[in-house]
Amino acid sequence: MTEANAPDGTAREAAGSPLTPVLTRRWLSPESWSLRTYEQLEGYTALRTALSLHPDQLTELVKAAGLRGRGGAGFPSGVKWGFMPKDRSRPHYLVINADEGEPGTCKDVPLMMADPHSLLEGCVIAAYAMRANNCMIYVRGEALHCIRRLHHAVREAYEAGYLGENILDSGFDLDVVVHAGAGAYICGEETALLDSLEGKRGQPRLKPPFPAQAGLYSSPTTVNNVETIASVPHIVNGGSDWFRGMGREKSPGPKIFSLSGHVERPGQYEAPLGTTLRELLELAGGMKDGIPLKFWTPGGSSTPLFTADHLDVPLDFEGAAEAGSMLGTTALMIFNETVSVPWAVMKWTQFYEHESCGKCTPCREGCFWLAQVLERMVQGRGTEQDIDTLLDVCDNVLGRSFCALGDGAVSPITSGIKYFREEFLALCESNRGQDTTEEPALAGVAR
Amino acid sequence: MTVAPASGNDTAQSRPVPEGHVRLTIDGIEVDAPQGELVIRTAERLGIVIPRFCDHPLLDPAGACRQCLVEVEVNGKPMPKPAASCTTAVADGMVVRTQQTSQVADKAQQGVMELLLINHPLDCPICDKGGECPLQNQALKHGRGDSRFVDTKRTFPKPVSISSQILLDRERCVLCQRCTRFSKQIAGDPFIELLERGATQQIGTGEQQPFQSYFSGNTIQICPVGALTSAAYRFRSRPFDLVSTPGVCEHCSSGCSQRTDWRRGKVMRRLAGEDPEVNEEWNCDKGRFAFRYATASDRITRPMVRDADSGELRETSWTEALRKAADGLLNARDSRGVGVLPGGRLTREDAYAYGKFARVALGTNDIDHRARPHSNEELDFLGSSVVGTGPEDGVSYASLEAAPAVLCVAFEPEEESPIVFLRLRKAARDSGTRVFHLGQWDSPGVEKTTHIADSGSPIHSGGLLRCLPGGEAAALYELPSEVEQALGEPGSVLLLGERCSQVSGVYTAAMRLAERTGARIAWIPRRAGERGAVEAGTLPTLLPNGRPVSDSVVRSGIERAWGMSTGSLPSVPGRDIDGILAAAESGELSGLLVGGLDPADLPDPEQARRALRAAGFLVSLELRPTGVTEHADVVLPIAPTVEKSGTFLNWEGRPREFEITIEGTGAVPDCRVLDTLAVEMDVDLFTQTPQAVAAEIRRLGPNPGARPKPPDIPAEPVTEPSGDRALLASWRHLLDNGSMQHDEPNLAGTARPPVARVSHGTARRLGLEPHQPIRVSTERGTIALESEVVEIPDGVVWLPGNSGPAEVNEVLGVGHGAVVGIAAGTAPAPGTTPGQREPGGEELPAVAGNGHTSNGHGPPAHGSNGNGQAGIDGGGA
Repeated sequence: MTEANAPDGTAREAAGSPLTPVLTRRWLSPESWSLRTYEQLEGYTALRTALSLHPDQLTELVKAAGLRGRGGAGFPSGVKWGFMPKDRSRPHYLVINADEGEPGTCKDVPLMMADPHSLLEGCVIAAYAMRANNCMIYVRGEALHCIRRLHHAVREAYEAGYLGENILDSGFDLDVVVHAGAGAYICGEETALLDSLEGKRGQPRLKPPFPAQAGLYSSPTTVNNVETIASVPHIVNGGSDWFRGMGREKSPGPKIFSLSGHVERPGQYEAPLGTTLRELLELAGGMKDGIPLKFWTPGGSSTPLFTADHLDVPLDFEGAAEAGSMLGTTALMIFNETVSVPWAVMKWTQFYEHESCGKCTPCREGCFWLAQVLERMVQGRGTEQDIDTLLDVCDNVLGRSFCALGDGAVSPITSGIKYFREEFLALCESNRGQDTTEEPALAGVAR
Repeated sequence: MTVAPASGNDTAQSRPVPEGHVRLTIDGIEVDAPQGELVIRTAERLGIVIPRFCDHPLLDPAGACRQCLVEVEVNGKPMPKPAASCTTAVADGMVVRTQQTSQVADKAQQGVMELLLINHPLDCPICDKGGECPLQNQALKHGRGDSRFVDTKRTFPKPVSISSQILLDRERCVLCQRCTRFSKQIAGDPFIELLERGATQQIGTGEQQPFQSYFSGNTIQICPVGALTSAAYRFRSRPFDLVSTPGVCEHCSSGCSQRTDWRRGKVMRRLAGEDPEVNEEWNCDKGRFAFRYATASDRITRPMVRDADSGELRETSWTEALRKAADGLLNARDSRGVGVLPGGRLTREDAYAYGKFARVALGTNDIDHRARPHSNEELDFLGSSVVGTGPEDGVSYASLEAAPAVLCVAFEPEEESPIVFLRLRKAARDSGTRVFHLGQWDSPGVEKTTHIADSGSPIHSGGLLRCLPGGEAAALYELPSEVEQALGEPGSVLLLGERCSQVSGVYTAAMRLAERTGARIAWIPRRAGERGAVEAGTLPTLLPNGRPVSDSVVRSGIERAWGMSTGSLPSVPGRDIDGILAAAESGELSGLLVGGLDPADLPDPEQARRALRAAGFLVSLELRPTGVTEHADVVLPIAPTVEKSGTFLNWEGRPREFEITIEGTGAVPDCRVLDTLAVEMDVDLFTQTPQAVAAEIRRLGPNPGARPKPPDIPAEPVTEPSGDRALLASWRHLLDNGSMQHDEPNLAGTARPPVARVSHGTARRLGLEPHQPIRVSTERGTIALESEVVEIPDGVVWLPGNSGPAEVNEVLGVGHGAVVGIAAGTAPAPGTTPGQREPGGEELPAVAGNGHTSNGHGPPAHGSNGNGQAGIDGGGA
């Protein structure tokens, strides 16, 4: 997704549209990333308010607003903040998960490109609330331009006294470090991210201990998503009632939906949680060239697929779950009827095979196996038995792996077969009647 | 496997849950488990074995292999997905269903097993692990009969040599990370790590960084598949062809329990035995791999006597050899007497026989087993503070783990007692013990016990207290107050190493420190036999079980026990090893009885050889030829550890008994040889068998008299020499030129490269370029060695004691704390210097690709003559 696409369909929509530009409000302003523009548009006003409050009041405020984590899992942010110990016997850390890597997801990078100061302001407020004097922003290494913007913004904020020692004469100190990842999907998993930040191999850690007890450098740590933290200044300024005015009761607030694929105007659309794809498609100008919708992901490739039957599913945490998927990162990848489901599933599975960190058996070996079976099927060398094998291997990976990567890896396969089994069967047509295509391999050749 | 004590198991609901326990149900069986116990362990106590790969009770849980999945219900709510029982701690009211009662758990386990096998090669028939392989066993128990995998397996070139000893087969690896976790958490040598990711994830080493660890062999033993094998054992035998016999390691004073696997009279391999009190489940590579010395081609199997005509040794019958030995010793005894030098590698029983032989058959207290630098202060220290203590009342491994602080004085745990090192690391890592070292430089062993980094935040505790070599005693009087305070906490410990005997006043200083702080003292000798020999009475001042020679009441007790006439035990303390050798050289002694001792180990090997040459009559009990053999009049062969039974006392004073592993070789232990020899001399020792000796030692009981007085020697101030002089600091590497590492080239390849260490200041003073050889000399000779700059006091040069060309005693004739000359070397350093090797010494192979192979600065032709070595060994013939 390029920056040029970002403005599409955001703030300029007419009144009455379902859009709620909050996080995306400033994106269209000239040099929206600069401190000057940010300050002109209420920037750092929330910080002044926040620093006059008691840290615990801020945690309560976020709890009252019902803000839920925007990284995919939807854990209530205020509750998470509340897990941080109140004493300061060890350093506290706030870590921002900006390792946006979920296929289809494109919300954090545009946000940091267009409005980095909103993230920084959120960081100061959240760090103050959690008594943290150090904040790390772990950015996906590939997003180089974005990293430069963040560095620039951090420098500006230091110079203006919004970061560093004694911020705005409050006595509160905060240092922010922008850290570039090295290109591993797994480092979006919070504990793998922490290991990576510590300079270790990025692989998920055993929990417990949870990061709030022993996170970065074994110290109390909270890991929050970019969008979550960028929402905080708005909650401080607008209040919890205002925030709850958007979205649904259990999933309040606005959310950036990133639409990609076969739509007329792909891009970021900020709308209240609970908005449906039908509404979002209207905003995005409908399906590209009018070719009908076939399938879509509600929240990136790790969330089970939806079909045209799910156009009216309210896209909030509960709605997506009730319909058999997950809200994830609200990365809506939209595919029209020209796309083969087994092919798309194969591509995603190849992604997971490549990105599986290797720590646990089910994900490491399972993705390796699943990818090979799907590749074979797409080449027309599959059998009906392979479909059963796929489903059974998926069953042996789902809920058996160390972290959620394995669960995510099998969702496109199981949901793809669930909704489009006939497409998989069609690929086996030429091999009907054969149980297996090859003799079992005793020892193979390097792939 | 370390298993918590089983708790009683009646299901009466009324029975209260013991404090610190929880009550849960596993497969319908109610069980109480200590809080924090992992489900997999609790199940094991019930006899329910859950399959596993990554789980190991002595490593931190990983949860990586997912083989041990079980269904868990907490507070009546089933957990949404199966849980890894190796990472799930028990909780009150928990209901666990394993593969025995849950289809979900069973399917999950079968699924993981299938996934583990899709990429596993079918080379079990040629795999070393075949027959003892957890993957093989568990696949048969919990796996499918056939595979659904019809696609292409992942392959790797194999095997890859990750050190000269360890070979890695990445295809067989199931990536359980036991080896990497062991290396990181236990040994502190993270030279192997996971590389790459996903299905191409693999174990590997860094470039030019081989798996250089003294504990690398343990990774082979804990590998649940055949991914790690040793060059020494690879393809040698199948486990089901081997007989396994429990034993005890003979290399150092750690006292490791071990398992010896052998067939047809030949040891094929050795493994660490399980003893939670001592070595847990680990051993060092020397203990694991160094055993072929016992079957070396030059082993002496027949008695030999020196032919009167030719002057050469010739093989002969036991009858003739014993007759000649007895006659010679009787003559020598009746002339000016015989000294006895039994060496420090004997079992307690064999040592006892030497002690008794000296007193009863030779009528002398001239006996000393300390074939190494030694002092009278040490003698007093051993008699007053060491002898008679044991793990119950003295310092033990357990007390190291519990100690708030430990101070190692002139002791290098990793090199001298590797299991003590592991325990200190464990203490520092898990119990917060602060480990201090009084030494010269931040050696790897110091580093790894004071800076511990694996998971979580690094631990920095304790540290190195630098002093000049020889200045250890003075330093103990002026410890930083922080250290003195730490040692004042109840349970703190002082560990005194072998090197203390080279520092005047250090035992006294340590005892004063112990009095000041309440810390307890332990003595950790380097050799396996030293502690037992102290108890057995092979010291000039001590009779068995710590009885002082000078106490007449004690003496008469021993006289009664030994059936001697009153007053026949010699009452004057004997000469120590130096005194015995000097007397032999000067003719004050007429004969010597020597057992398993190498002159090169003595502080002054040249003097020792002169004495051996001068001795009127010399009997040597030996396994393989040493520097003694060439001077001996009679050579009597004795059995190596594996062919005899006996007891080693480890440094704790804990008896480590072992039985004969290889029977029927005809080799006899020292005690039996001495018993027969004594009979030839008309004396009955009653030491025919180690069992008889052990019974006699038990019957004697502890010393009924008072302990001898502790030493009282003032600390001597040490000054930093200037100019081209330096103070020598030196200790031995674990893997070095030692004769018991004979014929183990793969092991030798993992030895640390011998380098000389100096400070930046000293290097500048000498104008040393990086890695330029440094020449360390005395009047006796010169050692030229590649130099390395470390943080060490100025004016100090450190040399390995017996590695490569650095044979400190032999070449320099001095030891730790001596003043030596230093100069920048110009010649290519090691390996090219002639005339420094003992016969039988092994050339140390260059270490595989670690970048340390020195290459001098001049052209290669430059050095062969420029290195004029004093002919230290030339006069030996």
